[in-house]
Amino acid sequence: MAIETRERPRVSEEPQREPQLGAHLVLQALVREGVEVIFGYPGGAILPVYDALPYYPIHHVLVRHEQSAAFAADGYARATGKVGVCMATSGPGATNLVTGIANAMMDSIPIVAITGQVPQSVIGMDAFQETDITGITLPITKYNLVIRSVDEIGPAIQKAFYLARTGRPGPVLVDIPKDVQLTKGFLAPRQELNLPGYRPTIVPHRRQIRRAAELIRRAERPLILAGHGIIISGATEELVRFAERTQIPVGLTLLGIGGFPASHPLCLGMVGMHGHAHANRAIHEADLIIGIGMRFDDRVTGRPSEFAPNARIIHIDIDPAEIGKVLKTEVPVVGDAREALRLLLEEIEPLEHEDWLSQIRSWYRPIRTEPSGPDGVLQPQYVIARLHALTEGKAIVTTDVGQHQMWTAQLYRCDIPKQWISSGGLGAMGFGVPSAMGAAIGRPEAEVWAVVGDGGVQMTLNEFATIVDEQLNVKVAIINNGYLGMVRQWQQLFHNRNYSETPISSPDYVLLGQAYRMPARRVTRPGEVDEAIQWARSFRGPALIEFVVNQEENVYPMIPSGGSFRDMIDDTQIEGEW
Amino acid sequence: MVTVRSHTLVVLVEDKPGVMNRIVSLFRQRGFNIDSIAVGHSETPGLSRITLVAQGDDRKIEQLVKQLYKILEVIKITDVTDDNPIQRELALIKVTATERNRSDIIRLVTDVYQARIVDATPDSLVIEVTGSPEKVDSLITMVRSYGIKEIARSGVIAMARGARVVAPAAQPVVA
Ligand SMILES: Cc1ncc(C[n+]2csc(CCOP(=O)(O)OP(=O)(O)O)c2C)c(N)n1
Repeated sequence: MAIETRERPRVSEEPQREPQLGAHLVLQALVREGVEVIFGYPGGAILPVYDALPYYPIHHVLVRHEQSAAFAADGYARATGKVGVCMATSGPGATNLVTGIANAMMDSIPIVAITGQVPQSVIGMDAFQETDITGITLPITKYNLVIRSVDEIGPAIQKAFYLARTGRPGPVLVDIPKDVQLTKGFLAPRQELNLPGYRPTIVPHRRQIRRAAELIRRAERPLILAGHGIIISGATEELVRFAERTQIPVGLTLLGIGGFPASHPLCLGMVGMHGHAHANRAIHEADLIIGIGMRFDDRVTGRPSEFAPNARIIHIDIDPAEIGKVLKTEVPVVGDAREALRLLLEEIEPLEHEDWLSQIRSWYRPIRTEPSGPDGVLQPQYVIARLHALTEGKAIVTTDVGQHQMWTAQLYRCDIPKQWISSGGLGAMGFGVPSAMGAAIGRPEAEVWAVVGDGGVQMTLNEFATIVDEQLNVKVAIINNGYLGMVRQWQQLFHNRNYSETPISSPDYVLLGQAYRMPARRVTRPGEVDEAIQWARSFRGPALIEFVVNQEENVYPMIPSGGSFRDMIDDTQIEGEW
Repeated sequence: MVTVRSHTLVVLVEDKPGVMNRIVSLFRQRGFNIDSIAVGHSETPGLSRITLVAQGDDRKIEQLVKQLYKILEVIKITDVTDDNPIQRELALIKVTATERNRSDIIRLVTDVYQARIVDATPDSLVIEVTGSPEKVDSLITMVRSYGIKEIARSGVIAMARGARVVAPAAQPVVA
């Protein structure tokens, strides 16, 4: 390789003297947007960019499947608050990104996906590895575009990053035909973008804030539902002040976890399908719901007509299309969560709700965390509770999708934002390991735990190789119950215990860890849990623990899909019945 | 009560490739059937005006409008349904004509509907009609008995009456 003999291309704002290949301009534009890390996988149609890559101060992480590149970019974005970047070749590379892009769309995560495309001369001719990736991702991107000439590279990439991170964040895909990468040109200087159709409302309307304040003042049993928007807009401090001043309790959505400290006396923990009973009961009895940066997802509301039947609704969200989508909203407030809370704080004087708070406290029942079940088998909830205790709740925790996700959401009590990383809207299995990878790259100082199921981990465990290559401080905790547990739970409860295709086998994870050069242990008894967790924490770098747990444990409480709070099932009720 | 009715939306968009696709795709994704869509240049260079007619209940259409606003190139959307807008459609209708009924058809079309005959052959006539969709429907009904060979309709275009215009906000916001 002749790397040393070539001159390092310049990335400054000074005008360039010589035209450069589009591939270089792409990387220069990325560097200019502050990109330090790309999760990607090479291939023919993106090869010129890979050819130029070694000359730029960008750390490229070679994943083992493009889906993981998108998930890792997502985890990176959630852990750092920056835009995550993934890159893939055309055709199969691009289509492999799709699940990760859809995930970022559903959860409002700023990622930019760069894809190579076949040369423009053969676009539309079913050329080798051609797919219409902008067509495919139309409904799952905030915006996507094809760069059609070398001059468009700078503006297109600037626009992509701006759109990804502003307003309601989301994924943006930039498709770059190979001929554009191979044409010489100049990088247009960064300039003001003229986007007449794009003007997110940041500062809410005063009149709506006053109307909201009026309802808040009059409410006797108010409740805040805090969602991901709190974390995205960095509104935690304002939310704490607002809750304290008004003495209004706060329930969190799955993605709102960490947006309000779990240890705060006003925190009710998670709401919704597997939310804490007292939190859901509070919704049921509330006379005012203040939804902030959340979207009344059906996993939160159950049957909308019976959700919070006695409550009026204030809904604060940056996306006007979310307001009134599910529930009749009395006061819509369009704007950034933090700005809205700031304005509300100006309007509202201290309030008291002692009776209401003590009523909610009286409903509280802890989630069960006994070490072992009937036959002395290890209980999964105990594992999460110990993980929380031993890491003092300070680790970054990513999860996959399923029962372990819900137990972690219930029991890993996060106190700060960007600590909890989980696939909410899409519920994409395979998310846990690669998102942990992204988080660990973005926050190298952090201890990262990926809590995953034996089903989900098998979707992306190829990334163990990436974790080991990069020597990431990722500890993988596999909660092995021998089932696609959450689906088995539904089969048990709603399909007459017909466990159709939910028992799932696993490889020997300890041997597998060794095969990937990843220190690994297996835990089968409660007495071994603490020691194993401490072992994994005793060194920097990858580690794997397989926790073999009670196979037929269920997540409770549970409000069945489309049900209401009245339909809640909890474990005390179940024990007698089954 | 949810009442489904026909809504007429006037949408001002940037004239860029893929915009129509984004709009139509949004209707498809949300299960709306588009009755008519017509697009052409507007008074402002670089902007196109689309007239869209779709069925839906008011709440769903309102939701749809909010979603449409999320498309980057969409500048302005107005639901003109309740404004009694001027609505026009152009249609070309090719009918079978014989020696015997030719003059009947011509009289009907020109006297009653103020439409025009724009082409004639020994056994056919092409009628050009502009007007409200109802007028076009009515003409089609009337000539059906003669035998219709072909119909091409342009889709509806609409405009609010009086001084009201569907125009972009005065100040384009620069990011
Ligand atoms: C990609 C994908 N496929 C299927 C599902 C449906 N699904 C939801 S939870 C679940 C079971 C997960 O099993 P496992 O990973 O073992 O975790 P557990 O529930 O046992 O903790 C399945 C199959 C999904 N969410 N994502």
